[in-house]
Amino acid sequence: MADAALDRLKADGRIVVVGASLAGLRGAETLRDKGFKGSLTMIGDEPYEPYDRPPLSKQALLGKGAAERTALPRRREIDAQWRLGVAASGLDMAARRVKLADGDEVPYDRLLIATGVRARPWPNPAEAELDGVFVLRTRDDGAALARRLDAGPRRVLVIGAGFTGSEIASACRERGLEVTVAERGDAPLVGALGGVVGAVAAEMQRENGVDLRTGVMVTGLEGDTTGRVRAAHFSDGTSLECDVVVVSLGAQRNTEWLTGSGLGAGPRGIACDAGCRAFDIRGIVTDDIFVAGDVARSPHPLFGYQFLSLEHWGNAVSQAETAAHNMLSESTERRPHIWVPAFWSTQFGVNIKSVGVPSMGTEIMIAQGSRAERRFTGVYGYQGRVIGAVTFDNSRWLQFYEQQIEATAPFPPPFPTVDRRPEGQKPLPADFPDPSVPTHGPTITLSGYSPADRRMTFTPAGH
Amino acid sequence: MKQGILSDILDYSNRANPYPLYEELRKTPVFHDGDGPYVISKYHDIQSLLHDPRLSSEARNLAATAGDPLAESEDEGAAALPPSFLKLDPPEHDRLRRMTNRPFGPPHSPHRIEGMRDDLKGIVTGLIDNLGDPARIDLVDQFAYPFPVTMICRLLGVPREDEPRFHVWADTLAASLDPDPDADAKERDKITHDARMELGMYLAGLIEERRKNPGDDMLSQLAAGHGQDESMSTMELLSTAALLLIAGHETTVNLITNGMLTLLRNPDVLKQLRETPGLAVPMVEELLRFEPPVQLLPQRTPLVDIEVRGVTIPKGSSMWLILASGNRDPDRFENPDRFDPYRKDIQHLGLGSGIHSCFGAPLARLEAQLALSELARRLENPRLVEDPPPYRQNAVLRGPRHLQVTCDGIRP
Ligand SMILES: Cc1cc2nc3c(=O)[nH]c(=O)nc-3n(C[C@H](O)[C@H](O)[C@H](O)COP(=O)(O)OP(=O)(O)OC[C@H]3O[C@@H](n4cnc5c(N)ncnc54)[C@H](O)[C@@H]3O)c2cc1C
Repeated sequence: MADAALDRLKADGRIVVVGASLAGLRGAETLRDKGFKGSLTMIGDEPYEPYDRPPLSKQALLGKGAAERTALPRRREIDAQWRLGVAASGLDMAARRVKLADGDEVPYDRLLIATGVRARPWPNPAEAELDGVFVLRTRDDGAALARRLDAGPRRVLVIGAGFTGSEIASACRERGLEVTVAERGDAPLVGALGGVVGAVAAEMQRENGVDLRTGVMVTGLEGDTTGRVRAAHFSDGTSLECDVVVVSLGAQRNTEWLTGSGLGAGPRGIACDAGCRAFDIRGIVTDDIFVAGDVARSPHPLFGYQFLSLEHWGNAVSQAETAAHNMLSESTERRPHIWVPAFWSTQFGVNIKSVGVPSMGTEIMIAQGSRAERRFTGVYGYQGRVIGAVTFDNSRWLQFYEQQIEATAPFPPPFPTVDRRPEGQKPLPADFPDPSVPTHGPTITLSGYSPADRRMTFTPAGH
Repeated sequence: MKQGILSDILDYSNRANPYPLYEELRKTPVFHDGDGPYVISKYHDIQSLLHDPRLSSEARNLAATAGDPLAESEDEGAAALPPSFLKLDPPEHDRLRRMTNRPFGPPHSPHRIEGMRDDLKGIVTGLIDNLGDPARIDLVDQFAYPFPVTMICRLLGVPREDEPRFHVWADTLAASLDPDPDADAKERDKITHDARMELGMYLAGLIEERRKNPGDDMLSQLAAGHGQDESMSTMELLSTAALLLIAGHETTVNLITNGMLTLLRNPDVLKQLRETPGLAVPMVEELLRFEPPVQLLPQRTPLVDIEVRGVTIPKGSSMWLILASGNRDPDRFENPDRFDPYRKDIQHLGLGSGIHSCFGAPLARLEAQLALSELARRLENPRLVEDPPPYRQNAVLRGPRHLQVTCDGIRP
């Protein structure tokens, strides 16, 4: 019986994908791969076909490939109706319809939500409006910033030294531009990788001529009479003249459009089960709504079944594939998304990669190589097991540590390795900032909360 | 030798088709017999061992055992020069490989290989023009061998007139990698040793010369150092150059020859390649899976007891990773014994993986792509004269010694 319903869905069902970027596209391709012949609608608020974001803070800023040229390669034809340049504005779960900002409504049998995140804006709206103040998330952002860098500003200020901020700083230096990086934490990348590795990143920035200021906040931006940014003020009382400011303070999840829909969506993302099925706000899993990519948060067995949200390219791909598979599968055929988090970044000529959840680690051991040479593998430990690893220019070993994480191998690793140096004989405290003190934000968030993040007033049903 | 299946693999009579033996071997994924090496034959095991930092490539970490027919012969001959980065662990490996890479590939020399395309095409064209009687072609002697030798000489900056001497040394040294059970080991070691010495002296002279008159070849650039705190000692430079020479050589010969043999056995693919030269790109990948020129890696040893599939491999043991077997592992590839240039899922082990993955891969790929598509285009109705062809003795660097081909003519 159920089989027949599935067959009908595959033959002439209606699937709607909201969020026409990486996860949305890969999900759609997988649906077609798995034999979905029905109608497929791709809804995206950006006017562009799916494009790739990582190059925006790398090649695009260096002028080595225009921001307009990062269209994602297509794995196959998806034969979809594209609704680009229009946002989804609401969801009627009972009627199975997605509402669009232009007033249209699109009915679905299955829905895939992949609305991702957006850059957290500068908190003071008037200052954020100043000419020369940027964020970097979209193709338009990337193109605009690259143009401004082309024009040769005298000084760029990057606020926030997470991965994106650090990459922007790196690109500026490579272009020979003066750049100041302001970071509230004690070092760059400290939220994602901790203080031990952050110290290496700090050294890397300074050696490459970045004016790095840590433990400091930008308190205000100042414009000139024509509305162009001209200076920034810091919490330590100093100020800085700059004509470009890039606000790089992490991301916010695109879930507002679901407010009031009854779906378990909130500021931390959309909660879903390991099979990518979304929860409603009552904590009940839906059968027809699936989630993938940066906007999703799902429980992971390796990390105590806590909800994990990741801003990782590879996660978006893999989660979308799993979601698409499960959308077209019987319950017993469904697969869990138990991807081991993996992330990469390139800055100052160094290739940085991580696996697992380093930010969960309380200790770190430099298992191979040396920090001074900026070629090393750091292994993170949590309660006596390996929980994450990071490499600087040493990524060919990473696969091994990924397996160690999957196998919940003991920490510190009890075996010798090639290229173990004296500094790698003992674990050190990993030195993550107190999570209650906000930094630029890690790209991984772990949270133990139950599905619907917004707190409901719990009123047990009366009799 | 008592380890039956291993000696079968080394046995020359199985050279033409070792794949049934590998299939047999995969039934015991961690094969060990007596005091022989631990032999790993399944794809996923090899793949993860290649990324395992508990595994060393350095001979000094190997506990001396009598049972490893590949481990012994080689290291004697190496005495003349320090080990190349192929046989070193980080950090030395990384340092030498990084310095070698500077004049060769990205980020410092991103266009080196692409920049050789015209050169390569010219050599290919010249060799095909000179094949002579189309009814009697030995593709190894007349094409697959001279092509990479000429190329590596150009890359390193070896004068054209010295190329023949290079051939001889290269031949000898490549042969030394071969565990020929019948050869007189002492005699062979001496020949190898002498060849290494001669080659070393020749290269030393050349490097001296390049230090004075640098060109834009790799030896000049390596010899000049880079004004950084890193530079190679002369001995390191010599063994690096020798490594490039040998590795840039025997492997490509076999890749091209195995490739042509496979194409001649699959005439439909040969025809498709003639019509669509672009097919050469995925086809060479499939070839690296289907008939890899390096069949196995015999020089890995664990620094500590490790466990693979429940088998404990003691510290210091010799391990062989049979790349060619992993490439045909049905648990990894669908229809592994089928040659399918359109295969999508093709993460093969043909060039190794991890930090020791083939240094010359971009060049080898380009050479094979150009060579095979040009041969396919220009040879008219080519046929194999002898199938299987006679193979080289070598079980590690496996490939035909001759490939007799006849064809109706040679297209301009
Ligand atoms: C500059 C930059 C550099 C990066 N570098 C790396 C890196 O080096 N390595 C790495 O692993 N990751 C990197 N990432 C992260 C990676 O790009 C993301 O993980 C990935 O894009 C997530 O894909 P997604 O489809 O889930 O979300 P997104 O790419 O954010 O796509 C979501 C899409 O949905 C649209 N949308 C939102 N709301 C609505 C709505 N209501 N209606 C319709 N459409 C909507 C959005 O406009 C967007 O187009 C980088 C990201 C950026 C911005």
